[in-house]
Amino acid sequence: MSTLHEAFAAARADGRALLIGYLPAGFPSRGDDVAVIEAMVENGVDAIEVGLPYSDPLMDGPTIQDAVQRALDAGTHTDDVLRTVEAVARTGAPTLVMSYWNPIERYGVDRFATDLSAAGGIGVITPDLTPEEAGPWTVATDAAGIDRVFLVAPSSTDARIATVAAASSGFVYAASTMGVTGARTSVGDAARSLVERTKARTVLPVAVGVGVSTGAQAAEVALYADGVIVGSAFVRAVLDAATPTDAMTAVGVLAAELARGVRGG
Amino acid sequence: MTTTESGSYDAALHGPDSTGHFGQFGGRFVPEALTAALDELDAAFRAAIVDPAFITELDRLQRTYVGRPSPLTDATRFSAYCGGARVLLKREDLNHTGSHKINNVLGQALLTVRMGKTRMLAETGAGQHGVATATVAALFGLECTVYMGEEDTVRQSLNVARMKLLGAEVVPVTAGSRTLKDAINEAMRDWVTNVEHTHYLLGTVTGPAPFPEMVRTFHHVIGAEAREQVQELTGVLPTAIAACVGGGSNAMGIFGAFLDDREVSLHGYEAGGDGVETGRHAARFSGGAPGVLHGARTYVLQDEWGQTRPSHSISAGLDYPGVGPEHAWLHETGRATYEPVNDDAAMEAFGLLCRTEGIIPAIESAHALAGAMRLGRELGPDAVILVNLSGRGDKDVETASRWFGLLDGERMPEGRL
Ligand SMILES: Cc1ncc(COP(=O)(O)O)c(C=O)c1O
Repeated sequence: MSTLHEAFAAARADGRALLIGYLPAGFPSRGDDVAVIEAMVENGVDAIEVGLPYSDPLMDGPTIQDAVQRALDAGTHTDDVLRTVEAVARTGAPTLVMSYWNPIERYGVDRFATDLSAAGGIGVITPDLTPEEAGPWTVATDAAGIDRVFLVAPSSTDARIATVAAASSGFVYAASTMGVTGARTSVGDAARSLVERTKARTVLPVAVGVGVSTGAQAAEVALYADGVIVGSAFVRAVLDAATPTDAMTAVGVLAAELARGVRGG
Repeated sequence: MTTTESGSYDAALHGPDSTGHFGQFGGRFVPEALTAALDELDAAFRAAIVDPAFITELDRLQRTYVGRPSPLTDATRFSAYCGGARVLLKREDLNHTGSHKINNVLGQALLTVRMGKTRMLAETGAGQHGVATATVAALFGLECTVYMGEEDTVRQSLNVARMKLLGAEVVPVTAGSRTLKDAINEAMRDWVTNVEHTHYLLGTVTGPAPFPEMVRTFHHVIGAEAREQVQELTGVLPTAIAACVGGGSNAMGIFGAFLDDREVSLHGYEAGGDGVETGRHAARFSGGAPGVLHGARTYVLQDEWGQTRPSHSISAGLDYPGVGPEHAWLHETGRATYEPVNDDAAMEAFGLLCRTEGIIPAIESAHALAGAMRLGRELGPDAVILVNLSGRGDKDVETASRWFGLLDGERMPEGRL
């Protein structure tokens, strides 16, 4: 299995952006999450973010809230998330976890980093953890050899971007717009300037997330970013499908469209 | 600050540190998109509280609009149910809009204008903070949106109507447990999306820095006034102070002026709901554990996986799974003690105050009154207990009528006292 560093380098050598797909663990059900993610990988998604379902997802819009609530109602816990990571990592796609902070703290900061690494996970995106609060997390992720990904936003000052990038490893997550996750008709101009400002301050790859849902948007973002992150659009495709089989088909079609997008088509 | 009587408030003595931490608690756990807005707010707050123009304007509004100083009432008949201890009520219920909440709203609304923002957002549980925000939005000509859990819109329907009359948009929140916690999630999401022209007027001493310190500062006037009033009336400092603790703003407001008076014991009363042992409660200190919720590290009701557990209380304003980080710190350092008061004890105190003093308290405040009954029986007749009567009970008349079975023409159960 490749590291994030290798995955971004390979995409760059191909002259394209890396495509990263998100799905919450335990969604659409505790049995079917891995199969849906496999359909993403088989159709061109390069790396996977497994969402850790949390009761108070502050940064998420209605689509992901809905999916996460279903996963929680089905009894998805942190240990299920780690099992999902283990299964997804077996596909060979670099696998990260996206988690709000409290479940990690409750599980045990060191224990989470160690267990994730043992499951084959290579990094964690923490949308509500700022570098200032990340002291123990930095030690734990370094010790376990996994990447920690922090976010920058259009409102971040240049100095702030430098701080966040310096605290990050693997890549820097650029949130495209001011707002919560969810499909949007266009990816704002703010994303481009945010990526430019970030790339001026770090050698890490910069991936854009929040709001990307179509191949055309992926192509647009791929012109200036190293990676394109798609979450709500995959979740929407699953929510709209009548059966798990339909969900896999729909997710596969979307993945293929996005994969063409990050290749400029 | 506005605390002309004490005038000597020194934030440095009382935390937080320069990074917004109260010991291990507090801090900022937020999406990066909010960092700039929190920095802007922090700068505006620190500039304002040393600006004589701001202090003068806030003080003027407190006197001429809110009706400060709020009186101190000697509750001589209620005292009989408190082991004979002398019970003094700090009458925040008499403020315009009916609770302490307006102290903080005025301060933050003035900051909103100073920051050049035109819209205010609020979450509300009991509706008192929403009403106060809607009121001041009308006064200042600002737009106002209030998020309220759907369950709370039902049990506090009077306040929903008040907010609408005042011109605010009230958004019922149907996500999650449909109470205050979910209203805060929605308000945060709105804020992150519209932060350029919108201020999130958080209604209690929770959330990311600088909210806990800022909201406590705007409520400091409660304790500063009370400290003078108690001494004037009795010649001594109170033996003990009792306040209810939802997020903890009225409690921090009254505790704040007494933190250095080590001989004064500080008591916070959380909602015990059906009883801590039933799991249906909002007792964060006896039934929760340290964790992170809504931007700060504090005590949180949570399960073994760190998922927030739903709280429960007859009182919408105390029905919240987190608590202000400064309370977590006062708990850890032992400077204040926190105990649950169950629904039935709170309602007994509610009924007693109605009939002994002619004051209908908010059900939130009734938890502090029940605490005073407990304290008085422990401390005896020589004690002076200062109770923060944080709000009035107009909004709770329907809930209380149902509790006491008055809806079909019954009298109060115990008749004359
Ligand atoms: C009258 C009254 N007291 C107390 C509270 C609880 O809030 P806090 O703990 O912040 O004072 C509320 C909240 O709605 C309230 O309306």
